[in-house]
Amino acid sequence: MAAPLPITVEDLNIYYGDFLAVEDVNVQIMPRSVTALIGPSGCGKSTFLRTLNRMHEVIPGAYAKGRVQIDGENIYDPRVDPVNVRRRVGMVFQKANPFPTMSIRDNVLAGVKLNSRRLAKKDADELLESSLRGANLWEEVKDRLDKPGLGLSGGQQQRLCIARTIAVKPEVVLMDEPCSALDPISTLAIEDLIHEMKQDYTIVIVTHNMQQASRVSDRTGFFNIAGTGKPGHLIEIDDTEKMFTNPAHKQTEDYISGRFG
Amino acid sequence: MSTAIDNETPTMMRSSGERRLPWYHLVFTGLVGAAIAAVLLLALDAFSIASMLILGFILHLVMGYLYSLVREGRRWAMDRLMMLIVIGAFALAMFPLVSLLWEVISRGGARVIAASPTPFAFWTNDMSGIIGGADAGGVLHATIGTLLITLWASVISIPIGLFTAIFLVEYADQGWRRVLGKGVTFLVDVMTGIPSIVAGLFGLSLFLAFLPDGQQGVRMGIMGSVALSLLMIPTVVRSSEEMLRLVSMDLREAAYALGVPKWLTIVRVVLRTAVAGLATGITLAIARVIGETAPLLLTVGMVTSINWSMFDGRMATLPTYINQQYRNGSANCMNDTVTNPVNQEVYACSVTTNIDRAWAAALTLIIIVMVLNIIARLVSHYFSPKISR
Repeated sequence: MAAPLPITVEDLNIYYGDFLAVEDVNVQIMPRSVTALIGPSGCGKSTFLRTLNRMHEVIPGAYAKGRVQIDGENIYDPRVDPVNVRRRVGMVFQKANPFPTMSIRDNVLAGVKLNSRRLAKKDADELLESSLRGANLWEEVKDRLDKPGLGLSGGQQQRLCIARTIAVKPEVVLMDEPCSALDPISTLAIEDLIHEMKQDYTIVIVTHNMQQASRVSDRTGFFNIAGTGKPGHLIEIDDTEKMFTNPAHKQTEDYISGRFG
Repeated sequence: MSTAIDNETPTMMRSSGERRLPWYHLVFTGLVGAAIAAVLLLALDAFSIASMLILGFILHLVMGYLYSLVREGRRWAMDRLMMLIVIGAFALAMFPLVSLLWEVISRGGARVIAASPTPFAFWTNDMSGIIGGADAGGVLHATIGTLLITLWASVISIPIGLFTAIFLVEYADQGWRRVLGKGVTFLVDVMTGIPSIVAGLFGLSLFLAFLPDGQQGVRMGIMGSVALSLLMIPTVVRSSEEMLRLVSMDLREAAYALGVPKWLTIVRVVLRTAVAGLATGITLAIARVIGETAPLLLTVGMVTSINWSMFDGRMATLPTYINQQYRNGSANCMNDTVTNPVNQEVYACSVTTNIDRAWAAALTLIIIVMVLNIIARLVSHYFSPKISR
């Protein structure tokens, strides 16, 4: 597989109805690396993340204007089917959300099965194992693949969701505060996993935890908001090390050092 | 030393003089209350079990409260009083249910088991040729009619109701669809309040409008199904809507994020997750219409033998059957036997045969509803999300 092109975001404005939530984002996200997005609550980082696989518009009245180029193709082109975008750009949510009616096996294969794609038993088993291994969950669940996915612990459920996401073989994986509901040990497991995953995937992760951003990411972007009711902006994005030691903007430094507001 | 200190510390949590008595003290006041009530009523020469229970319970409320006030303190006394009122309300609510079940099972069950010529023949016979006080006949034709008409009503209502609910929950979110959704919700609310006789008139006139003048007397099973579906659709819409709204948005988003199109998400995730609740709601909707009498009297009438065709002629149904038998009242037994004019069989004559048949038919109806409920329970049990480890 040739090295993919960076994700290029140009002049992206994100709306909820009439309300402009995030204004004028221009950014390049490097392939096969981890980009972390940090910033105070309500600044639009999750909203921005959800525009990268067109999940934003699932909310009634929400839409985005601008261009997001993935592999040289603008996903906001009117001819593009959002369903196809989401098959290439997977997403892991803040709250682990395995399908409650499905077993662990069916959860992992959900992307295939829900789309009614036929898969030979052997291929399905291979995909199941490789996805669960990819999410560092195989050893823990291999003996109870037919048990319900909801029976796992919170951290395991979140890794199950990651396995489910990588089973559809996306190029990009978006993570929206994937560890915010987990204990430190489960968090560590997922951070290790993110490290391994960047060999194969472009990862964008939203986090409230700045230590986490500095641990897992290669580049960090800082979002901020001027006040309630005002749109959020991407203040700056740079190599993580630089962002946490010598940021270009005063706001970033204030936020990172805890002297905010 | 330490014990002395412990004993002398009247903590804030242990207010002095209040202690809880064992529960049977209140049974005692109850028995005393009942005894006083019995004596009082006997003295007034107005004794009956019901009045003794009611008066006894009121006395029990007063005496139990006072007893507890003296022995346990004000707060516990209020607790006792409220507990007694709650239990009393529960008993009052259960009374009609239990007495109704008892009456139907004892009177209807006796007839079903003792049906002549053989036990349970009541469920395998119809009413053809049964006249006067003949101690025979059954509900097979009415049961088949009820099941057929309800089945067709369900076939009409469940898809319409379910698709309406899906529209309201999944699609009526913005723009003109939101406006349409509000309108639909309003109309469904109005439909919920339609009197069943009006639904019957609708079903009847809808078909008669398409029939020529000479055939205005035509009645068919399908007319009844259409009338019943008018009553069933709003119930299905409301209950399904609530169930679909309970499915967390997270699950829909999870499916979308895997590149699953919206319609497949609805079919495979939303409906699948909600199926247990949907089954319960639909069963309740069926139970609501299966006992309807008025619309069926108008639209399908009554016959004495089995009619399998929904599109040809009148049908018997259980509620109409009950109504008809009960209105027939006591039979006139001038001879000891009645002869069936069709097959010349001879039956014993029984004065109460019509009333008995009405009760037995009521029992049959209740059994059908109960079986439906059990099926819905099984569906809920086997399809609901499993959380066990």
